[in-house]
Amino acid sequence: MSVVTVQLGQCGNQIGYEVFDTMCRDLHNTQGFCSKRENEIYQASCKEHFFNEDKSEVPVARALLIDMEPKVISQTLLKAAHSGRWKYGQHSHFCQRQGSGNNWAYGYSVHGPKHEESIMNLIQREVEEYDSLSGFSIIMSMAGGTGSGLGAFLTQNLRDAYPNSFIMNQVIWPYGTGEVIVQNYNSVLTLSHLYRSSDALLVHENDVVHKICAKLMNIKQISFRDVNQVIAHQLGSVFQPTYSSEDSFQYRRNPLGDLMTALVPHPEFKMLGLRNIPQMPENSLAYTTFAWAGLLKHLRQMLISNAKMEEGIDWQVRPPLSGLPALEKVSPNKELRFNTSIANLLILRGKDVHSADTGGFKDPALYTSWLQPSDAFCEWRTHRAFNKYEKSAALVSNSQFLLKPLDTIVGKAWNMFASKAYVHQYTKFGIEEEDFLDSFTVLEQIVASYCNL
Amino acid sequence: MAQSVVVQVGQCGNQIGCCFWDLALREHASVNKKGIYDDALKNFFRNVDTRGTGISKGRICSLKARAVLIDMEEGVVNEILQGPLKDVFDSKQLITNVSGSGNNWAVGYKVFGSHYRDQIVEKLRQTAEHCDCLQCFFLIHSMGGGTGSGLGTFILNVLEDEFPEVYRFVTSVFPSGEDDVITSPYNSVLAMKELNEHADCVLPIENESLFDIVSKINQMINSGKPGTTVKQQSLVTLNEGGIKKKLDEKPFDKMNNIVANLLLNLTSSSRFEGSLNMDLNEISMNLVPFPQLHYLVSSLTPLYTLADVNIPPRRLDQMFSDAFSKDYQLIQADPKHSLYLACALLVRGNVQISDIRRNIERLKSSLHFVSWNQEGWKTSLCSVPPVGHSHSLLALANNTCVKPTFMELKNRFLRLYKKKACVFDITSFMERNLSVRSLLKFLSFLVCQAALWESLTP
Repeated sequence: MSVVTVQLGQCGNQIGYEVFDTMCRDLHNTQGFCSKRENEIYQASCKEHFFNEDKSEVPVARALLIDMEPKVISQTLLKAAHSGRWKYGQHSHFCQRQGSGNNWAYGYSVHGPKHEESIMNLIQREVEEYDSLSGFSIIMSMAGGTGSGLGAFLTQNLRDAYPNSFIMNQVIWPYGTGEVIVQNYNSVLTLSHLYRSSDALLVHENDVVHKICAKLMNIKQISFRDVNQVIAHQLGSVFQPTYSSEDSFQYRRNPLGDLMTALVPHPEFKMLGLRNIPQMPENSLAYTTFAWAGLLKHLRQMLISNAKMEEGIDWQVRPPLSGLPALEKVSPNKELRFNTSIANLLILRGKDVHSADTGGFKDPALYTSWLQPSDAFCEWRTHRAFNKYEKSAALVSNSQFLLKPLDTIVGKAWNMFASKAYVHQYTKFGIEEEDFLDSFTVLEQIVASYCNL
Repeated sequence: MAQSVVVQVGQCGNQIGCCFWDLALREHASVNKKGIYDDALKNFFRNVDTRGTGISKGRICSLKARAVLIDMEEGVVNEILQGPLKDVFDSKQLITNVSGSGNNWAVGYKVFGSHYRDQIVEKLRQTAEHCDCLQCFFLIHSMGGGTGSGLGTFILNVLEDEFPEVYRFVTSVFPSGEDDVITSPYNSVLAMKELNEHADCVLPIENESLFDIVSKINQMINSGKPGTTVKQQSLVTLNEGGIKKKLDEKPFDKMNNIVANLLLNLTSSSRFEGSLNMDLNEISMNLVPFPQLHYLVSSLTPLYTLADVNIPPRRLDQMFSDAFSKDYQLIQADPKHSLYLACALLVRGNVQISDIRRNIERLKSSLHFVSWNQEGWKTSLCSVPPVGHSHSLLALANNTCVKPTFMELKNRFLRLYKKKACVFDITSFMERNLSVRSLLKFLSFLVCQAALWESLTP
């Protein structure tokens, strides 16, 4: 079943390119640690979800590039064409002349309705090519104007037009300081709107990825390209083909759908986070050996202590003793000690994957009381290795991990809103103060729900 | 890609404009080696063939600036049209007169304004029609005289009426204390009222600051210290490599080139590619928290690059520190000791996001931000550096340090007005006392606002 990737705005397009590039590189990787035949089936499965074949035999990404100004899209199309390994479709992009000016209201209320028909037609044409559509993966940032505003509008439209398809938004969480001054407003408006129409929001935090680049990848002068490549690696480790169950050797037909089923049992809880281990510079890979026990132990502790990478983990944090009520009500202000999960999906790839012991993740103490671990925990094991990592583990989780960042953004946005700063820029395009207040209410509700797990 | 039109009014406006076009051509020439009329060029230039019809792609035939040149006396504009840049403009883009405005805002605004309104609208429409997506008007003028100040602000009104959706960025040169034009305080304050109501964003510039920067550079060059030869192309005050030759250099050119470089850096991210683009509409979105507080203090670094390759380039971090030092600001102000409402860093060249983040972290503690915008930074990364540099930084700040500049203006105004000096010259063209009172009110408003924000800092 096909997954259509919609790349929105500068961020969405830059990351989308890296995702397809990473997947393609992985497909042509000879270090899959599996047989040639196995590799061929892997490649075919990936292509079934993410690529079309055309006459020239160069795979064409199943993606739509949308931006309100032309510079980034033309760069992206060129880079893909030059790679020689894959490319974008000739008519799969839509752009205008003038951007959204970092204004959510402009993206949502002006660009959205104005280009609704053209964009939906473009999507329709793309979708018609496929026998079966699994759903949409929309890559967008929260901080800007196009990705955020137009993204929220488009997600709503897609939900109305394709009620039976899954919609997953890859949301890029901006740096705490120094990207866009009105980023907190844009983020609040985006999240509150997406929550209504999207099935799941997979969040990628720039600050976290930046630390990964600095501490784990040892990059001295980190560029956006480096950050985007790490995000692409993480996404690739989730979306590349996986076996559908332990015994059968068939690759999963509907990764997007299966992911949703595993992770989003309740519509109130849609925020997903992604952790991937190990992460290291490519030239160190040859000199390092991994053991599943070590990797999984670290990953489990990363989950429960809310660590975002494998360095600096707080080993003091332990799950509460099962059967006893939590000692204190968790509040976002206090340092979150133990991270309660609703659901976890563990994706293991590489050598000896069947020997990995994942018992640690089945502990009921990790989860809320209203789900059994058998329902809350899911694992996908594939022995074809990913992106040259002999063994790699990715954990997609629906947990309290985003509580603090979310609360921080809402706090800053509220602080700014209280003084009415910049509000005139939004009311100019039809987003009134009541809309802001509604958005704050929705987010407060989400924060409260996650808090009370 | 969207296009911008430059409207240069008065002597000062046209001289700065002339420097701007020269430097713009130089910049595009250094980037565009193949001579193709690309999207970046399209922003400020049209491509026309020998008959004057526009060509939208392909090889460059003849470039025409998207500009309208207006002056109420002919000298400056004629010189431009006879000078080395004559092919960049055509006669359809000008409006001139012979008599001049006599350093009187009211003559520029009321007399010439009403007389030339239709012609102005027509020229603007023609220029706008050549654009498939007009995003922004750049108005360049001085505040102290008559044409730039009076007619310039009248045109601002026209731009708002006729093209309400197009951004209006105004570069205003404020008079210095020792200005020889007696009526400059009146002209400036009257013009400021218009700027306050009709501009989206104003970049105030003071001649004193430009002069200080020029002196600093001269001192550096003439110091005779070893290793202090600079790459001529990199001097922010010169147009080495441009069309105008050294012989044609005018007395104010060094200072005007600084302003021209400011405008080029401001638009670089919307013309050239980069990993974090910033369009012009993002400037007012991020830096103007309240409609009337739209005065941005600017600073440009580095001012030059050393020619001696054996000397290691000034550390990147030094560039960021300099941008916040009062010696680099283009008005007489010290943003470090005032309150920031918002700050934007437009970086060009070989700089990555980690460099910017490191420097923001480093500088944050020494700067005061208003309580509701503690992390109010906007950044942009453009991959193409300016000519002669490997990287550069333009910092735009919405900071309460503009207050002293405006207060000084108000004081000079009041000194004159108390004696009723020259008032008749101005009010004879306008309803008596009407606008003088309202602008006194406006000045007080600005003072109050600034005080309010200052009171919010802990």
